[in-house]
Amino acid sequence: MNGAIDIGGISEVLPPASSAESEKTVLDHIHSWLVTVDHKKLGLMYIMYGLVFFVIAGLEATAIRIQIAWPNLHIISPQAFNQLFTMHGTTMVFLVGMPLIFGFGNYLVPLMIGARDLAFPRLNAFGLWLSVFGGLLLYFSLIGGEGMTGAGGAPDVGWFAYAPLTGKAFSKGHSTDYWTLGIMVGGFGSIATASNLITTILCMRCRGMTLLKMPLVSWLNLIMSGMVLIVVSPLTAAQIMLLLDRFAGSHFFDTQAGGSAVLWMHFFWIFGHPEVYVLMIPAFAWASEIIPVFSRKAIFGYPVMVGATCAIGFVSLSVWAHHMFTVGMTSTGNTFFVASTMMVGVPTGIKIFNWLGTMWGGKLRFATPMLFSIAFLFQFLIAGLTGIMLAAAPWDWQLNDSYFLVAHFHYVLVGALVFMIFAAVYYWFPKASGRLLSERLGKWHFWLFLIGFHVTFDTMHLPGLLGMPRRIYTFEAGRGWALLNLICTIGVAFQIAATLIFVFNVLLSLRKGKPAGNDPWDAWTLEWSTSSPPPEYNFPEIPTVKSRRPLWDIKHPTDPDWKYE
Amino acid sequence: MNATTATISFEPKTTWTPSKGVVGMTCLIIAESAIFMIFVVAYLFYLGKSLSGPTPQQVLELPILNTICLLSSSVTITFALRALRGGETKRFSYWWLATIALGAYFLFGTGYEWHRLIYEKGLSIKTNLFGTTFYSLVGLHASHVVIGLVALLIVMAFAIGGSIKKAHAERVHVLALYWHFVDTVWIVVFTVVYIIGR
Amino acid sequence: MSKTLRRFVKSRLIFCMVSILLAPQVLFGGERAGQSLIPNTFAPESTPAHSISQLAGFVLSITGVMFVLVAGLLAYVVVRFRRRKNDDGMEPAQVYGSGPVEAAWTTVPFLIVIVLTLTTARVIQQVQDARKPASALDVQIVGRQWWWEIRYPKLGITTANELHVPVSSSRERLPTFLDLRAADVVHSFWVPRLMGKIDMVPNKVNSMWIEPERTGLFLGQCGTYCGTQHAKMLLRVYVDSREDFDRWVAHQKEIAENDPGAASGRLVFEHTACINCHAVSGTAGNGRFGPDLTHLMSRDTLASGALSNSAPGLKVWIKSPDRFKPGVLMPAMNLNDKELDQLVAYLTTLK
Repeated sequence: MNGAIDIGGISEVLPPASSAESEKTVLDHIHSWLVTVDHKKLGLMYIMYGLVFFVIAGLEATAIRIQIAWPNLHIISPQAFNQLFTMHGTTMVFLVGMPLIFGFGNYLVPLMIGARDLAFPRLNAFGLWLSVFGGLLLYFSLIGGEGMTGAGGAPDVGWFAYAPLTGKAFSKGHSTDYWTLGIMVGGFGSIATASNLITTILCMRCRGMTLLKMPLVSWLNLIMSGMVLIVVSPLTAAQIMLLLDRFAGSHFFDTQAGGSAVLWMHFFWIFGHPEVYVLMIPAFAWASEIIPVFSRKAIFGYPVMVGATCAIGFVSLSVWAHHMFTVGMTSTGNTFFVASTMMVGVPTGIKIFNWLGTMWGGKLRFATPMLFSIAFLFQFLIAGLTGIMLAAAPWDWQLNDSYFLVAHFHYVLVGALVFMIFAAVYYWFPKASGRLLSERLGKWHFWLFLIGFHVTFDTMHLPGLLGMPRRIYTFEAGRGWALLNLICTIGVAFQIAATLIFVFNVLLSLRKGKPAGNDPWDAWTLEWSTSSPPPEYNFPEIPTVKSRRPLWDIKHPTDPDWKYE
Repeated sequence: MNATTATISFEPKTTWTPSKGVVGMTCLIIAESAIFMIFVVAYLFYLGKSLSGPTPQQVLELPILNTICLLSSSVTITFALRALRGGETKRFSYWWLATIALGAYFLFGTGYEWHRLIYEKGLSIKTNLFGTTFYSLVGLHASHVVIGLVALLIVMAFAIGGSIKKAHAERVHVLALYWHFVDTVWIVVFTVVYIIGR
Repeated sequence: MSKTLRRFVKSRLIFCMVSILLAPQVLFGGERAGQSLIPNTFAPESTPAHSISQLAGFVLSITGVMFVLVAGLLAYVVVRFRRRKNDDGMEPAQVYGSGPVEAAWTTVPFLIVIVLTLTTARVIQQVQDARKPASALDVQIVGRQWWWEIRYPKLGITTANELHVPVSSSRERLPTFLDLRAADVVHSFWVPRLMGKIDMVPNKVNSMWIEPERTGLFLGQCGTYCGTQHAKMLLRVYVDSREDFDRWVAHQKEIAENDPGAASGRLVFEHTACINCHAVSGTAGNGRFGPDLTHLMSRDTLASGALSNSAPGLKVWIKSPDRFKPGVLMPAMNLNDKELDQLVAYLTTLK
């Protein structure tokens, strides 16, 4: 069948090849997951790993919020508190964010471009296990490490580990080394997976799928992976330098020998700022699939979405020192970074408008993935605007390292990224498991999390404006911060409840969820043409496509996409 | 959704896609280049900022022979690859061996230079900022030469065993790309350390 | 409207209204007693802080308008284009894009960004590149784990944790220019009502200036994580009238009191490890690792704000500093009660 797109082939997984298959024990199952090189299993393992650490880091945040719910509490010691916020930030970025985006990329990209697996399946497995090992190494510090005062285990230098606080003189034990090595190893895993994704996308698209016909998930994973190659390396380099300082006696960041603390900051933020775009771009990708499907319209301005994301990728490499406005750069230097930072807001705004344009004139269905996506739009808008405020350098001299900044980046990472992670889970869980998540529980999850998020993070802007710095284990009464902090802490309770409901929903639906079928959402990209869950080889026959929405073409043979774009 | 099959007849374009190995290796090279860039930036940033100790002008000598050897190894590896593509496995082995020898000499030469710097000139990684940045940058490069040599030796072992055939040329090409990358980095390091830095 | 949607829009509206009502009260809520201590960045009382606050107001207005427009559009879209109950099941018209629309919503934000950048650039220049008048007061501050060493180089004074500066007026400008350094790790000097924060980086000298417009006490604290006791590296800035400031300077310049009644305490001070870290002019103590104690009792707090400065406070601090500031670098001095009382009696004479 020349040029055929077969969506009928399989509506259930093929029966086992031999009777021995059905006699697999639990150990056999575990073994098959441990040795797998299948992108779907590896993707799911990345996601499970990320969700487990999400809960752990969430508990760390809860402990933090309890300690600073009111002035002068003594629930948690300063040493422990400093470890908590370091581990919370480090875990969320490296052990939750990165694994989740690579997990979804791993799972979705081959299915959406009509391939059977990633380009290098064994490298894929290697990348996963490196990431897992890195995370375990970081948490091993609780047993093996020693902090600044030798009293604790986990690293306590803040997630961005400024020098010279991380030098041997000020961080005497090994906790900083666990931070450095754990992240570095994870970084190698990230580079491996990014290379894998790029190679897959460039070399393994199905017939007819030119670069400008592939789904936005694929495009944005390509851009994100390209960024990972360029930006994770500066962190790796800086960490190598830090290790040399701590073990070989070198002086990269040793200010007593003429070394520069600011150099670490530059290297870290050259990684650190693009890193948050690395985390966000996949969220944009998922939004670009979910919003069209639940608006019943094609994405508005596909080429512009691609172009804007490329622009974000490039410009984001030039904004890093907006994290360093207070460090004493020249007025010219500061002004340059003001300009570049404000500039990166333009393509970001364009994307928001394009999503709105997609919804305009559509027929919106408010299933759980769409609820999370709409909240994402609202919250990402606010996050972008507070970002513009922080980009105004003199205002940043007040706001930097205050709770306003903490509120801003939680708006981005929770309000935008976590909300889209939830949306993506609700959207693709049926594909991966063959069962739908409960819509009722999903709505409870959504509303509770929304309320909790806003109670905590809307309020949190205010103590920052009132002069409250971040990373303090307690604060003085009489500064106007007490009630505001209490409100922030109360919001946590709602988020915890919501997360519990989410976990319950997942576990319950795995066993008792409604069967999903191939295409429960009436969607248009290739992953919905195969069974739920897909067979190991993804497609019985590699499809050939003619437009960006192959299934739309099939469902609307008189009005296919390729007539219009 | 019911299981239906729809057929649309058309002739999609066959587009050329690059080889997976080349793309993958290019990704690795991009990432490694970024790491080297940071060490180069650190080197340039700290030029002239050492508080004490020997300066580059005082202790560095141009490693001309080392450089010639390493850069020549890029030439020999190209000849080796050409031979393999032509099916001439014996010539491939000879040129491959030459590449390994030249790379090994480079490493030996680097080690010799470091020995001289440490024991005669008193420059170690601890001595001052110059020592720190010099040994880390040159050392990072040397470690990549080591990794490359190990890979080359593994291929050599297979070649001696007669296992390398014309069909493997593409994979060997990917490895050769890595080797060329290592040599290109040396050009940058040489320029920064021995020309600009002195 | 569907129940879900009604709740959605309602919750949004309620939240917006509450925030709009609450925020100004919190931020600009009048200068009641005690309120003036709140380090409110929107209650600037110094020239550079005013520049920042004005810029902030401008940026906030523009972003506020953008928020109202875009969030309003989102709300409208969500309500207007929701699938109705009597929907016919047909897909809506597929619109793939629009060149003019894309151009419009690229150009307008771009122009807004240009305006914001230029405005910001001007304020950067105004604050960072301000010329130092000849009348300016010079102060050097060295951030240390976890206290502030304060020096007036031209006046020959060294003190700690509590900064005294003269008030400035439009008739006779008297700004204070601060030289910021760090002895160990990165710190940050932040007194929100007087100016934004500027970091103190080891091996680097940064500078900032303040020009307070009223007398009184201004609170601040270290603005960047610097280790275990970052939270208790508090700052107090006393803005004095000219006369009060001159009086304070004159007093600080004097050698430490040598009350013969406290001689035993002074012996304890000079013969214990105290002098290794602390300096008292006119005694054997000239350690620089800890705060200068020459005029200890002229300060309101101990341990950069951790305790109030009084005899009982001194006693418990010296006995066990770790209790109030766990992880502090001052060790417990292991004095017996008699020595401790004598020492505290001596210290309280250092007015």
